[in-house]
Amino acid sequence: MSRTSTGLLVGLILVLSPITALAQPKAADPAVIAKGEYLARAGDCIACHTAREGKTFAGGLPMKTPFGTLYTSNITPDSQTGIGTWTSDQFYQMMHSGRFPDGGLVYPAMPFASYTQVTREDSDAIYAYLRTVPPVKQLNKPHDLTFPFNNRSLILGWRTLFFREGEFKPDPTKSAEWNRGNYLVEGLGHCGMCHTPINALGGSKQSQAFEGGLIPMQNWYAPSLTSNKETGLGDWTIEEIVDYLRKGVSAKGAVYGPMAEVVYNSLQYLNDDDVRAMAVYLKGLAQGGPPEKASTALPSAESSLLLSFGKSIYDRDCASCHGATGQGMPPDYPPLAGNQSIQMVSAVNPIRMVLNGGYPPGTSGNPMPYGMPPFAQKLSDDEVAAVVTYIRTAWGNRGEPVSARQANELRAATLN
Amino acid sequence: MAARVLACAPCHGAEGEGTGDAYFPRLAGKPAGYLYNQLIAFRDGRRKYPPMNYLLEFQTDDYLKKIAEYFASLRPAFPPPVPPVDSKEILARGEAIVKNGDPQHGVPPCSACHGPTLGGMEPGIPGLLGLRAAYISGQLGGWRYGTRTAFAPDCMQIVASLLTEDDVKAVAAYLSSRPAPADPSFAARGSLPMPLECGSEPH
Repeated sequence: MSRTSTGLLVGLILVLSPITALAQPKAADPAVIAKGEYLARAGDCIACHTAREGKTFAGGLPMKTPFGTLYTSNITPDSQTGIGTWTSDQFYQMMHSGRFPDGGLVYPAMPFASYTQVTREDSDAIYAYLRTVPPVKQLNKPHDLTFPFNNRSLILGWRTLFFREGEFKPDPTKSAEWNRGNYLVEGLGHCGMCHTPINALGGSKQSQAFEGGLIPMQNWYAPSLTSNKETGLGDWTIEEIVDYLRKGVSAKGAVYGPMAEVVYNSLQYLNDDDVRAMAVYLKGLAQGGPPEKASTALPSAESSLLLSFGKSIYDRDCASCHGATGQGMPPDYPPLAGNQSIQMVSAVNPIRMVLNGGYPPGTSGNPMPYGMPPFAQKLSDDEVAAVVTYIRTAWGNRGEPVSARQANELRAATLN
Repeated sequence: MAARVLACAPCHGAEGEGTGDAYFPRLAGKPAGYLYNQLIAFRDGRRKYPPMNYLLEFQTDDYLKKIAEYFASLRPAFPPPVPPVDSKEILARGEAIVKNGDPQHGVPPCSACHGPTLGGMEPGIPGLLGLRAAYISGQLGGWRYGTRTAFAPDCMQIVASLLTEDDVKAVAAYLSSRPAPADPSFAARGSLPMPLECGSEPH
C-alpha cells in the first residue's frame, strides 16, 4: 500500500470513527443488565441454549422432536456466529413475533408463542444482559429435520393455527400479584409448552391451555394445571406451591423428570415475591371440585388378587420410606396417599418413578435431596403393575389399575 | 447420608459394597477424587450410562462431592473372590499385564498407576480389587468404544486401545480372581511415578 493511500485510510478512519461509535448501542445501565439476567433465568434460556459441557448460551443442544432433531442457536454476542449484530428491535421481533432479523420464521421449539407476552421493556433488559455475556465463536449446527418438516414455510401454517401474537395485558379486576403470576407463567415461564396438550402438528391449542399432556419424546406426563383432578393445586397452600417451585420439594410432593430441570435451571433463582405470584395464579387456575371417584376398576376377583400382590411388594420395598399408609415423611419422602400425580388418569409418571427412581433437583433450598431408588432391575412387569395399581387405589386414592404391558412399554422410555 | 443415597443401594449395595449383579461396581473405599470425577462425568454425559446420567442430571458439584466422600469413607467387607473359570494360561497372561505390562506394544503395567497392591492412589486412581470380570471388561470396552471418557489426556482410553480382546479378558480374569487386600488403603497422592499423564489425576 502506498504512503498516500495509507494516509487516506487513516483520514477515513478518523472521519468514520465518531459515526461508528454512535452506531454502537450505548452501554446499558447495570441495573437493567441485572434485571435482564434475572428475567433470562425466569425464561430458562440457558436450559436450551447451552449444550452439555458447552459454553454458556453458545447453543448446539440437540432437541429431539417428533419431526427430527433441532439444534439450538448461539445467543452470545459474537458478531459472526451469535447475535452480536442484532439490535434490540430485532431481538424483540424474535421474542414477540418469532421472526429472525431477515424476516425468516423461527421454529416453534423456541417458545415465542409464550414469549410474545413479554413486554418491550423486559425484552430490552434481556437483550442488554445477553450483550454482556462472553461472546463465543461457534457456528450454529444445521437442523436435522425429516421431510416435509425441513421446509420452513410450513411454519406459516403452524403459526396460523397456533400462534397468537400479543403482549401481556393485565386484568384490572385482579390483584397486582395475580397479574404478575399470570405474566410469568404465560410469558417467560412458557409453562404451556409442556402443560398444554401437544397435538399431532406439534401445536398447543389455546382452547386447551394448561390442560396437561404427554411430553413428546420424553415420555413424561405434564399434569393439567387447570383441573384439580391432576395437580390438585387447588388443595395446596400457597406455601406448598412456593416450596415445590423453588426448592423442588414440598409437603405435598416433589419435582422429578423434566420439571426438575425447570426448577434446577430457572425457578430456584426467582425471588420470593415472583414465585409467590406464580403460586397465586396457578392455584387460581386449578378449578373444579375435589377429584371424582374413578368410574371403572378391574373385576373384583382379579382386582383383589392384584391388590394383595401389590400390597406385599409395597410393604416390602416402599413402606419403609413412604409409610404403611402412604403418608410419606415430607418433604424428603413424598406422600403417596392423596397425591394427585400418583392417581391422575395418565399412569406414566408413577410407573417411571418405580422403574427409574429419581432425585429432585439440588437447589439452594434443598441442596442435598433424598433419592428414590430405581426398581427396574428388581421388579418384573407384573410386579411393577401390581405395586403401581396398589398405590393408585389404596388409602382412598382414586386412580385406575395399570397393566404389565404399560409397565413394560416404559422400560424403553428415554431416560436422559 | 445413607438415607440420602438410598437410590444407589439397589445396584451398588447399602454400603457401596456391590451386589450380586456383576455389572454394577463396588463403590466403597475408592478414592473420593475418583468417585467425584465419575459422578461429574455421569451428570454431564461424558460417561454414558442412562440410568446414572438420569439420576444425577440436576445435582450440584457440592452434593456430588459429599456423595463421593461418603462412599470413599466406607469399608464394608470385600466379597470372596470368584473361583477362576479361565485357564491357567489366561490367568498368567493377565497377571503378566497387570504386573509388567506389555512393553512390546507399549502397554504399561496396571500396577504402575493403580499401585503395587492395586489399591489405587489418591486422589483420582481407583483400586482394582473386589470388582467382577464382567465389570472390568465392560469398562475397558467402554474406553475403547468411547462410552466412557475422562478429562484429556484420557490415559485409560490410550491404554485400553492398546489391548487386544484377549488381553482384556485375561486382565479381567486375573484381577477378579485376586483375594481382597488385607489393608484396603490407597497409595499417597503423587507417590507413584506414573508412566503416562492422566487428565483426571492432578500431578
